Amino acid sequence: MTAKATRQVFGETIAKLGETHPEIVVLDADLSKSTKSDLFAKKFPDRFFEMGIQEANMIGVAAGMAGAGRIPFICSFACFIAGRFDQIRLSLAYGNANVRIVGSHAGVGIGEDGYSQQGLEDIACMRSLANMAVIQPGDDLECAGAIEYLLTHQGPAFLRTTRQSLERVNAEGYQFQFGKAVQLREGADVAIFATGGTVQGAVRAHEALKASGIHARVVNVHTLKPFDAEAAIKAGRECKGGILTVEDHQIIGGLGSAVAEALAEGGVGARLHRVGIEGFGESGTPEELYRHFQLDAAGIEQRVRRFLG
Amino acid sequence: MNPATQTETREQTLARLRKLAQGFRVDIIEMLEKAASGHPGGSLSVIDLVTALYFQQMRHDPKNPAWPERDRFILSKGHAVPAQYAALAGAGYFPREKLSTLRRLGGLQGHPVNTLTPGIEACTGSLGQGLSIAQGLAMASKADGDKFRVYCVIGDGEMQEGQIWEAALSAAKYQLDNLVCVLDYNKGQIDGYVKDVMPLEPIADKWRAFNWHVIEIDGHDFGQILDAFDEARRTKGKPTFILANTVKGKAVSFMEDRIEWHGAAPSKEQAQKAIEEIKQS
Ligand SMILES: Cc1ncc(C[n+]2csc(CCOP(=O)(O)OP(=O)(O)O)c2C)c(N)n1
Repeated sequence: MTAKATRQVFGETIAKLGETHPEIVVLDADLSKSTKSDLFAKKFPDRFFEMGIQEANMIGVAAGMAGAGRIPFICSFACFIAGRFDQIRLSLAYGNANVRIVGSHAGVGIGEDGYSQQGLEDIACMRSLANMAVIQPGDDLECAGAIEYLLTHQGPAFLRTTRQSLERVNAEGYQFQFGKAVQLREGADVAIFATGGTVQGAVRAHEALKASGIHARVVNVHTLKPFDAEAAIKAGRECKGGILTVEDHQIIGGLGSAVAEALAEGGVGARLHRVGIEGFGESGTPEELYRHFQLDAAGIEQRVRRFLG
Repeated sequence: MNPATQTETREQTLARLRKLAQGFRVDIIEMLEKAASGHPGGSLSVIDLVTALYFQQMRHDPKNPAWPERDRFILSKGHAVPAQYAALAGAGYFPREKLSTLRRLGGLQGHPVNTLTPGIEACTGSLGQGLSIAQGLAMASKADGDKFRVYCVIGDGEMQEGQIWEAALSAAKYQLDNLVCVLDYNKGQIDGYVKDVMPLEPIADKWRAFNWHVIEIDGHDFGQILDAFDEARRTKGKPTFILANTVKGKAVSFMEDRIEWHGAAPSKEQAQKAIEEIKQS
């Protein structure tokens, strides 16, 4: 099975798109080897800007470049870049600048570095900003599709990528549709809504649950904002056991919150259980941490069983 | 506290510190090899400075890490925390066996966390934040009658963060002569050499212009390190900036000044070779 880190896909895709889109510029804050923007830098040194360790300045510079017709992709770890919230809030969101924020190293999936480098609140922060689109691809095809889409998108957007490899969950020929959740597996006993690094585990959990007669719908939410409320309302109505959300992010403000908001406002009284990080992340291998926080297939399966009672 | 220091000659002090730092370098390599990840370059460049602080300069009590009058040390370039862990274990803040838990689930965290590890004073790891915390400690200490001094180590790459310059500006306003900022000037960061990524020179002039007392030293020469800390103590009305020229990966030939060793762990064989070299140094 194909597996690739979405940060790698970002690097390869943006380097390819650079050939046909002279308006693309890429900026990084001393993490180009990690965010993979170095692949663009090598090919287009004149359109790559090494800003040093100064994320706040990079955001403003990108806003300026967007004002002169460029499409800047600005790259750092998700925690560091989303952490410069006020700069993003005013210079990008309020000003509706055509800047793409690429936050890599999403979640505890980065492993050993620990909480200080783990983006765990970035979706919540970015979702709260008007004008800001929030995308987290679940595999390589989706990531490439999302980046191509972002060349035509109007306004600022946040793209969240992983350090770790993600198994391909979509079929060859997949077409990315902005704002539309993707149903990966059918089922009406319960629904699992996943995003980014947890999608592969949700698909595997589906198989394991099926073996014991539980049919779990698996929905991959690549666009967290605008959120596909219809998909949540539909699952809430059709899946008897309710909806379980799973994300490598705080359970507050991310996918789980988006689903809760959609269900409540849609007047659907479905049961909901949010799986994700509660508290801080920590050091450990990526596998250990996914097991510890129950974000892997076995963890998701266990949480679904417990949820169903 | 350092009872040993009262009876030592200067030569003995320097020899003692050199020996300690040598042992800590071995600890750093062993920790990173075992963890299979982490940052050797910046840990090896900073360890002499950290050793001088914990084993000569600072008033502190490993048996009482919460002693209100202890001098404070903040490693703002938090990724070099293996250096601090080695020194903390050496000073007796926690058992040495704990070093082998670095970066393991439930073990020593990959970056400093004050709520989890005795001897750590702040959470760092997002660059640029430590000097402001040090400034706040220094301001509080001053208000309380100058009960303790505050030391902060920053990286050269880290100096590109705007917040560093905000702290530089405001620490001078408050005339924090109980605050020392040490720059671990190893000339490297992740994407390359500092001079290529985002040039910083003239560094000393910049800090002088910000009204700091500036001292330039060789950050691997314990005599110069101790003299600089003493000079900082005697300096009144201004914070002190120590520009410590260091070598990234110091004491391991194949790591020295090599950007690729910023954040890569040595293999078993590499670790063995590194430890042999450190023991010869
Ligand atoms: C705000 C922030 N941005 C980026 C990083 C990622 N990062 C970790 S270490 C490092 C390079 C640090 O260079 P320097 O301060 O010179 O440290 P040293 O060379 O002494 O290890 C970077 C960019 C970070 N930890 N924090």
